[in-house]
Amino acid sequence: MTDAAPRLEGLLRRALTPVEPPEDVTARLEETLTSITELAAEELEGWELSSMRDPRNWVRPAAAVVLGGGAGVALVLLRARRRAGGGTRRGGPTVGGARVPSGTGE
Amino acid sequence: MAEQLAPKPKAQLDEEFAELYRRHLRDVYSYAYYRVGNHHDAEDLTEQTFLQAYRHFERAQRESRGRPLRPWLIRIAHNLAANLYRDRARRPVSPIDDDTTLSAPHTTEELVEDRDELAKVLAGIGTLSEDRREALIMRFALGMDNREIARALGRSDGATKVLIHRAIKQLEGIVGEGDD
Repeated sequence: MTDAAPRLEGLLRRALTPVEPPEDVTARLEETLTSITELAAEELEGWELSSMRDPRNWVRPAAAVVLGGGAGVALVLLRARRRAGGGTRRGGPTVGGARVPSGTGE
Repeated sequence: MAEQLAPKPKAQLDEEFAELYRRHLRDVYSYAYYRVGNHHDAEDLTEQTFLQAYRHFERAQRESRGRPLRPWLIRIAHNLAANLYRDRARRPVSPIDDDTTLSAPHTTEELVEDRDELAKVLAGIGTLSEDRREALIMRFALGMDNREIARALGRSDGATKVLIHRAIKQLEGIVGEGDD
Protein backbone atom coordinates (compact mmCIF):
# COMPACT_ATOMS: atom_id res chain seq x y z
CA MET A 1 0.00 0.00 0.00
CA THR A 2 1.16 3.54 -0.63
CA ASP A 3 1.51 6.52 1.70
CA ALA A 4 -1.99 7.50 0.70
CA ALA A 5 -3.43 4.46 2.47
CA PRO A 6 -3.53 5.92 6.01
CA ARG A 7 -5.29 9.00 4.69
CA LEU A 8 -7.72 6.85 2.76
CA GLU A 9 -8.38 4.82 5.88
CA GLY A 10 -9.20 8.05 7.70
CA LEU A 11 -11.59 8.99 4.93
CA LEU A 12 -13.16 5.55 5.09
CA ARG A 13 -13.78 5.93 8.82
CA ARG A 14 -15.50 9.25 8.21
CA ALA A 15 -17.43 8.04 5.19
CA LEU A 16 -18.63 4.87 6.88
CA THR A 17 -19.69 6.29 10.21
CA PRO A 18 -21.85 3.95 12.28
CA VAL A 19 -25.56 4.54 11.70
CA GLU A 20 -27.85 4.82 14.69
CA PRO A 21 -31.17 3.16 13.99
CA PRO A 22 -34.02 5.69 14.01
CA GLU A 23 -35.89 5.67 17.32
CA ASP A 24 -39.09 4.36 15.80
CA VAL A 25 -37.17 1.41 14.37
CA THR A 26 -35.67 0.63 17.74
CA ALA A 27 -39.07 0.80 19.39
CA ARG A 28 -40.63 -1.38 16.71
CA LEU A 29 -37.88 -3.97 16.90
CA GLU A 30 -38.18 -4.19 20.65
CA GLU A 31 -41.93 -4.54 20.37
CA THR A 32 -41.49 -7.37 17.87
CA LEU A 33 -38.93 -9.19 19.94
CA THR A 34 -41.04 -8.78 23.05
CA SER A 35 -44.08 -10.16 21.21
CA ILE A 36 -42.09 -13.14 20.08
CA THR A 37 -40.67 -13.94 23.47
CA GLU A 38 -44.13 -13.63 25.00
CA LEU A 39 -45.68 -15.78 22.31
CA ALA A 40 -43.03 -18.40 22.82
CA ALA A 41 -43.40 -18.21 26.57
CA GLU A 42 -47.13 -18.79 26.35
CA GLU A 43 -46.76 -21.66 23.94
CA LEU A 44 -44.03 -23.24 26.01
CA GLU A 45 -45.67 -22.70 29.35
CA GLY A 46 -47.67 -25.90 29.52
CA TRP A 47 -44.83 -28.00 28.23
CA GLU A 48 -42.32 -26.44 30.59
CA LEU A 49 -44.54 -26.94 33.63
CA SER A 50 -44.86 -30.62 32.89
CA SER A 51 -41.14 -30.98 32.31
CA MET A 52 -39.74 -28.81 35.07
CA ARG A 53 -39.04 -31.64 37.44
CA ASP A 54 -36.52 -33.18 35.10
CA PRO A 55 -34.01 -30.75 33.54
CA ARG A 56 -33.00 -33.41 31.01
CA ASN A 57 -36.38 -32.81 29.37
CA TRP A 58 -35.66 -29.16 28.72
CA VAL A 59 -34.96 -29.83 25.09
CA ARG A 60 -34.50 -26.50 23.35
CA PRO A 61 -34.78 -27.70 19.73
CA ALA A 62 -38.46 -28.39 20.36
CA ALA A 63 -38.81 -24.86 21.65
CA ALA A 64 -37.07 -23.50 18.57
CA VAL A 65 -39.61 -25.15 16.30
CA VAL A 66 -42.49 -23.64 18.26
CA LEU A 67 -40.69 -20.32 18.33
CA GLY A 68 -40.18 -20.33 14.59
CA GLY A 69 -43.90 -20.33 13.98
CA GLY A 70 -44.46 -17.61 16.53
CA ALA A 71 -41.75 -15.40 15.06
CA GLY A 72 -43.18 -15.70 11.58
CA VAL A 73 -46.65 -14.76 12.72
CA ALA A 74 -45.36 -11.76 14.66
CA LEU A 75 -43.35 -10.52 11.71
CA VAL A 76 -46.25 -10.82 9.28
CA LEU A 77 -48.59 -8.94 11.61
CA LEU A 78 -46.00 -6.24 12.15
CA ARG A 79 -45.47 -5.73 8.44
CA ALA A 80 -49.18 -5.60 7.73
CA ARG A 81 -49.53 -2.85 10.33
CA ARG A 82 -46.62 -0.88 8.92
CA ARG A 83 -47.85 -1.08 5.33
CA ALA A 84 -51.29 0.03 6.42
CA GLY A 85 -49.64 3.03 8.05
CA GLY A 86 -47.96 4.10 4.80
CA GLY A 87 -44.38 3.07 5.58
CA THR A 88 -41.52 4.96 7.19
CA ARG A 89 -39.09 5.69 4.36
CA ARG A 90 -37.03 8.78 4.98
CA GLY A 91 -35.10 11.12 2.72
CA GLY A 92 -32.39 13.70 3.18
CA PRO A 93 -29.65 15.71 1.53
CA THR A 94 -27.47 14.05 -1.06
CA VAL A 95 -23.78 13.39 -1.44
CA GLY A 96 -22.77 13.21 -5.07
CA GLY A 97 -26.21 12.06 -6.06
CA ALA A 98 -26.50 9.66 -3.14
CA ARG A 99 -29.35 10.18 -0.74
CA VAL A 100 -28.10 11.03 2.73
CA PRO A 101 -30.53 10.36 5.54
CA SER A 102 -31.07 12.77 8.40
CA GLY A 103 -28.20 11.44 10.42
CA THR A 104 -27.48 10.36 13.92
CA GLY A 105 -28.27 12.56 16.85
CA GLU A 106 -30.65 14.75 14.90
CA MET B 1 -14.30 -34.96 25.81
CA ALA B 2 -17.58 -33.31 24.95
CA GLU B 3 -19.29 -31.82 27.95
CA GLN B 4 -23.04 -32.10 28.03
CA LEU B 5 -24.36 -28.84 29.47
CA ALA B 6 -27.86 -28.51 30.81
CA PRO B 7 -30.02 -26.18 28.70
CA LYS B 8 -30.38 -22.70 30.12
CA PRO B 9 -33.75 -21.59 31.46
CA LYS B 10 -35.69 -19.55 28.91
CA ALA B 11 -35.67 -16.44 31.10
CA GLN B 12 -31.88 -16.50 31.20
CA LEU B 13 -31.63 -17.02 27.45
CA ASP B 14 -34.00 -14.13 26.84
CA GLU B 15 -32.02 -11.90 29.13
CA GLU B 16 -28.79 -12.80 27.37
CA PHE B 17 -30.38 -12.26 24.00
CA ALA B 18 -31.65 -8.85 25.10
CA GLU B 19 -28.09 -7.95 26.07
CA LEU B 20 -26.82 -9.13 22.68
CA TYR B 21 -29.51 -7.03 21.02
CA ARG B 22 -28.69 -3.90 23.02
CA ARG B 23 -24.98 -4.28 22.39
CA HIS B 24 -25.17 -4.94 18.66
CA LEU B 25 -28.29 -3.25 17.35
CA ARG B 26 -26.24 -0.38 15.97
CA ASP B 27 -23.73 -2.76 14.39
CA VAL B 28 -26.42 -4.75 12.62
CA TYR B 29 -28.26 -1.63 11.54
CA SER B 30 -25.07 0.03 10.27
CA TYR B 31 -24.10 -3.08 8.34
CA ALA B 32 -27.62 -3.36 6.91
CA TYR B 33 -27.74 0.30 5.97
CA TYR B 34 -24.42 0.34 4.16
CA ARG B 35 -25.21 -2.99 2.55
CA VAL B 36 -28.59 -2.07 1.10
CA GLY B 37 -28.21 1.71 0.86
CA ASN B 38 -31.51 2.85 2.31
CA HIS B 39 -33.28 2.94 5.65
CA HIS B 40 -36.38 1.13 4.52
CA ASP B 41 -34.59 -2.09 3.60
CA ALA B 42 -32.09 -1.64 6.43
CA GLU B 43 -34.96 -1.71 8.90
CA ASP B 44 -36.37 -4.92 7.44
CA LEU B 45 -32.96 -6.52 7.30
CA THR B 46 -32.19 -5.60 10.90
CA GLU B 47 -35.52 -6.90 12.07
CA GLN B 48 -35.15 -10.19 10.25
CA THR B 49 -31.57 -10.60 11.43
CA PHE B 50 -32.58 -10.41 15.07
CA LEU B 51 -35.56 -12.69 14.52
CA GLN B 52 -33.30 -15.31 12.95
CA ALA B 53 -30.76 -14.77 15.69
CA TYR B 54 -33.37 -15.27 18.38
CA ARG B 55 -34.49 -18.54 16.86
CA HIS B 56 -30.98 -19.96 16.84
CA PHE B 57 -29.51 -18.13 19.80
CA GLU B 58 -29.02 -21.06 22.11
CA ARG B 59 -27.23 -23.16 19.51
CA ALA B 60 -25.03 -20.22 18.55
CA GLN B 61 -24.08 -19.67 22.17
CA ARG B 62 -23.24 -23.33 22.56
CA GLU B 63 -21.16 -23.50 19.40
CA SER B 64 -19.37 -20.19 19.91
CA ARG B 65 -17.69 -21.53 23.05
CA GLY B 66 -17.55 -18.09 24.58
CA ARG B 67 -16.37 -16.24 21.47
CA PRO B 68 -18.16 -12.99 20.61
CA LEU B 69 -21.40 -13.43 18.69
CA ARG B 70 -21.13 -10.27 16.61
CA PRO B 71 -19.63 -12.07 13.57
CA TRP B 72 -22.47 -14.57 13.74
CA LEU B 73 -25.04 -11.78 13.76
CA ILE B 74 -23.40 -10.03 10.83
CA ARG B 75 -23.22 -13.31 8.94
CA ILE B 76 -26.98 -13.71 9.37
CA ALA B 77 -27.48 -10.18 8.03
CA HIS B 78 -25.08 -10.95 5.17
CA ASN B 79 -27.06 -14.04 4.17
CA LEU B 80 -30.39 -12.25 4.45
CA ALA B 81 -29.11 -9.36 2.33
CA ALA B 82 -27.98 -11.84 -0.32
CA ASN B 83 -31.45 -13.39 -0.29
CA LEU B 84 -33.03 -9.96 -0.56
CA TYR B 85 -31.10 -9.18 -3.71
CA ARG B 86 -31.71 -12.61 -5.14
CA ASP B 87 -35.46 -12.28 -4.54
CA ARG B 88 -35.50 -8.93 -6.24
CA ALA B 89 -33.43 -10.25 -9.13
CA ARG B 90 -30.89 -7.47 -8.79
CA ARG B 91 -27.44 -7.44 -10.28
CA PRO B 92 -25.49 -10.23 -8.58
CA VAL B 93 -22.02 -8.68 -8.68
CA SER B 94 -22.68 -5.10 -7.65
CA PRO B 95 -26.08 -4.97 -5.99
CA ILE B 96 -25.84 -1.36 -4.93
CA ASP B 97 -26.82 0.44 -8.08
CA ASP B 98 -27.56 4.07 -8.86
CA ASP B 99 -30.95 3.95 -7.21
CA THR B 100 -29.56 2.76 -3.91
CA THR B 101 -26.10 4.26 -3.81
CA LEU B 102 -24.14 4.01 -0.60
CA SER B 103 -24.77 7.07 1.48
CA ALA B 104 -23.55 8.09 4.89
CA PRO B 105 -25.38 9.85 7.70
CA HIS B 106 -23.41 13.08 7.97
CA THR B 107 -24.38 16.45 9.34
CA THR B 108 -24.83 19.41 7.02
CA GLU B 109 -21.51 20.93 8.14
CA GLU B 110 -19.63 17.75 7.38
CA LEU B 111 -21.32 17.57 4.03
CA VAL B 112 -20.13 21.03 3.11
CA GLU B 113 -16.56 20.33 4.21
CA ASP B 114 -16.12 16.84 2.92
CA ARG B 115 -18.76 16.51 0.31
CA ASP B 116 -16.63 15.81 -2.72
CA GLU B 117 -14.03 13.66 -1.03
CA LEU B 118 -16.40 11.49 0.93
CA ALA B 119 -18.72 11.19 -2.03
CA LYS B 120 -15.81 9.93 -4.08
CA VAL B 121 -14.92 7.37 -1.43
CA LEU B 122 -18.51 6.19 -1.08
CA ALA B 123 -18.92 5.98 -4.83
CA GLY B 124 -15.66 4.03 -5.00
CA ILE B 125 -16.83 1.57 -2.37
CA GLY B 126 -19.95 1.02 -4.43
CA THR B 127 -17.88 -0.13 -7.37
CA LEU B 128 -15.94 -2.77 -5.42
CA SER B 129 -16.85 -6.43 -5.54
CA GLU B 130 -19.30 -7.55 -2.90
CA ASP B 131 -16.77 -9.28 -0.66
CA ARG B 132 -14.36 -6.32 -0.71
CA ARG B 133 -17.15 -3.85 -0.03
CA GLU B 134 -18.46 -5.95 2.84
CA ALA B 135 -15.03 -6.27 4.37
CA LEU B 136 -14.61 -2.48 4.33
CA ILE B 137 -18.03 -1.94 5.86
CA MET B 138 -17.23 -4.38 8.65
CA ARG B 139 -13.82 -2.85 9.27
CA PHE B 140 -14.66 0.83 9.11
CA ALA B 141 -18.35 1.13 9.97
CA LEU B 142 -18.40 -1.60 12.61
CA GLY B 143 -14.77 -1.53 13.75
CA MET B 144 -14.41 -5.29 13.46
CA ASP B 145 -10.93 -6.78 13.51
CA ASN B 146 -9.61 -9.28 10.97
CA ARG B 147 -10.61 -12.29 13.03
CA GLU B 148 -14.19 -11.11 13.46
CA ILE B 149 -14.49 -10.26 9.77
CA ALA B 150 -13.07 -13.65 8.87
CA ARG B 151 -15.72 -15.38 10.97
CA ALA B 152 -18.49 -13.24 9.50
CA LEU B 153 -17.40 -13.96 5.94
CA GLY B 154 -16.48 -17.59 6.56
CA ARG B 155 -12.86 -17.10 5.50
CA SER B 156 -9.49 -17.66 7.10
CA ASP B 157 -7.79 -14.82 8.98
CA GLY B 158 -5.07 -14.69 6.33
CA ALA B 159 -7.48 -14.56 3.42
CA THR B 160 -9.40 -11.80 5.16
CA LYS B 161 -6.25 -9.75 5.70
CA VAL B 162 -5.46 -10.03 1.99
CA LEU B 163 -9.06 -9.18 1.08
CA ILE B 164 -8.99 -5.95 3.09
CA HIS B 165 -5.55 -5.01 1.82
CA ARG B 166 -6.67 -5.45 -1.78
CA ALA B 167 -9.93 -3.59 -1.17
CA ILE B 168 -8.09 -0.57 0.19
CA LYS B 169 -5.53 -0.70 -2.57
CA GLN B 170 -8.23 -0.86 -5.24
CA LEU B 171 -10.16 1.95 -3.63
CA GLU B 172 -6.99 4.00 -3.45
CA GLY B 173 -6.68 3.61 -7.21
CA ILE B 174 -10.30 4.53 -7.82
CA VAL B 175 -10.20 7.62 -5.61
CA GLY B 176 -6.78 8.60 -7.00
CA GLU B 177 -8.01 8.45 -10.58
CA GLY B 178 -10.38 11.31 -9.92
CA ASP B 179 -7.56 13.51 -8.61
CA ASP B 180 -5.59 13.39 -11.86
